[in-house]
Amino acid sequence: MTVQILRRALIFVVSALVASVAVFGLLAVLPGDPAQVALGVSATPELLAKTRQEFGIDRPLATQYFEWIGGVFSGDFGNSYVTREPIGPQLVDRLGVTMWLVGAGMLVALLIALPAGVFAAVRHRRASGSVISGLSQLGVAVPGFVAAIILVQVFAVQLRWLPAGGWTPPIVDPLDFLSGLLLPALSLGLVQGAVLTRYVRSSVIDVLREDYLRTARAKGLTPYRALLRHGLRNASVPVVTVLGLQLATLLIGAVVIERVFVIPGLGSMLLDAVSNRDLLTVQGIVLVLVLAVLLVNFVVDVLYTVLNPRLRQAS
Amino acid sequence: MSALTVDSLELSVAGIPLVTGVSFTVGAGERVGLIGESGSGKSLTATAVMGLLPDEVDAAGSVRLSDVDHDLVGATEKQLARVRGRRMAMVFQEPMSALNPSMRVGDQVAEIMLIHGTRPDKATARAAAVELLGQVRLPEPAETARAYPHQLSGGQRQRVMLAIALANDPAVLICDEPTTALDVTVQARMLELIRTATEERGTALLFITHDLAVVAQTCERVLVMYGGRLVETGSVKEVFTAPKHPYTRGLLDASDLEAVDEHGRLRTIPGAVPGAGEFPGGCVFRNRCTDATGDCAEAPVLSEVDDRGFACWNPVGGPA
Repeated sequence: MTVQILRRALIFVVSALVASVAVFGLLAVLPGDPAQVALGVSATPELLAKTRQEFGIDRPLATQYFEWIGGVFSGDFGNSYVTREPIGPQLVDRLGVTMWLVGAGMLVALLIALPAGVFAAVRHRRASGSVISGLSQLGVAVPGFVAAIILVQVFAVQLRWLPAGGWTPPIVDPLDFLSGLLLPALSLGLVQGAVLTRYVRSSVIDVLREDYLRTARAKGLTPYRALLRHGLRNASVPVVTVLGLQLATLLIGAVVIERVFVIPGLGSMLLDAVSNRDLLTVQGIVLVLVLAVLLVNFVVDVLYTVLNPRLRQAS
Repeated sequence: MSALTVDSLELSVAGIPLVTGVSFTVGAGERVGLIGESGSGKSLTATAVMGLLPDEVDAAGSVRLSDVDHDLVGATEKQLARVRGRRMAMVFQEPMSALNPSMRVGDQVAEIMLIHGTRPDKATARAAAVELLGQVRLPEPAETARAYPHQLSGGQRQRVMLAIALANDPAVLICDEPTTALDVTVQARMLELIRTATEERGTALLFITHDLAVVAQTCERVLVMYGGRLVETGSVKEVFTAPKHPYTRGLLDASDLEAVDEHGRLRTIPGAVPGAGEFPGGCVFRNRCTDATGDCAEAPVLSEVDDRGFACWNPVGGPA
């Protein structure tokens, strides 16, 4: 098992390095000169040259890459072309906010999908099971930002129960933090919860058909306890895969949702950086997002080997 | 006193009868074979006895166990759960998929004792599990207990299933084609094990198979099933040496690799088992029977004298 985890870790490190080259390369080939953007069209050639030197973009690409990636290892993402402030500390702040949002969205999705999926599976031949399936189908079809707009309209504008946007850090006021987090988390989680419900349902139905579940009942477990003790762990393997993919989707969804709810996370930082042509900041944010997705995949792979003993042997 | 009494069992799906009027008993410690071709309803009968029928199958009649004060037909899941694994247990046909792939086999054996509280705690149940794995003659039982199912062969897994089934000393053990998926050599040892293990414990055995040789090797009495009905019953010796029902005779002829018909081919029963609900009225076998007459349009009743019975108007060798 340790060998497999080490192998996965190695794959993670290699993909992270490849991804960093890709992120750097893609932004390097973009047309447009950051110095020109920073100084405006009326800048003199001398000033432009000086600024290029200051940004370090007058040097060969390979040198630029190694300088950048070397800094990243020590938490130095360089200085913004626009504000001239260090990018690293801001990235960390924003990442914290986005992680709250994604985590809460995932929690909402799980709280919906696990009970609803299991219920729909156990009752898949009855009307109540079909109603859940139908609702989840509907949920899949609603984009996150539409859900967000509806939620804001109902709970913030009409009922005035929750704020329509804004962000309070948890240390400042935990209650304000939670009430501010609720609507964005619901917007993110409802859709993913609907998607996940369908996967939970189908993998539980598959498990319900397994011979070992019949064995569990023949041992004297009621159908419900048989599913709980023998079914759910086996059903969780495909669900964990989807969960990993969904975390990536949630990160992307957070970019839009942060915009809708005016939340100072990575997403809104990315959109600001893009519209300001702040390429070095964009580069840093994209790298962090890619690393987050790779990390999630790594954790999913490790979970596999923990959940499925058949995978532990093959080395 | 019989360990298992099945009376007028009727099973149907959406009004289509699958098993009709099946009645039999298995005495304490007795070994009874239930044989028939695929589609004869033998597995379904066993599933009904265990109370594990799928939701869509309707059951009527009665299934009673000694020491259980209620009928198993129509019992609640809770009532059945208390009986299953404790008073009766079952070994299924397919050893490869019958065990939970993500649980150590020792824990799967220990679990059945913990469910019914026949061992006080986990440690005792685990120790008992290792002992049981030894009793079903698995090599190095302590090590095997820590293995996952995929690390064991089919024969070994079926031994684990037997250990699970016998863990609480049930009054009745049902085996549904337990050796069909195994190699012939493994099969013989497994049968021997089932025989001795039930003998030692005084467990009644209901053994379902399509293989006559397996019944001859394992059982004392045999029930022959066709079209969802019992067509012949009796001791293994009587039924196999002097079959009364043409279907039983057909089965015996078909498994005799030396007997050939006038064309020099191995004997078979003409035709195939009809699908559910497509059996003829009257005697269910009459459309495949070479001895059928006009009488057969009316269903013959299985009449038993001293555990010997057959349901046929024109029995082999004339009326008894």
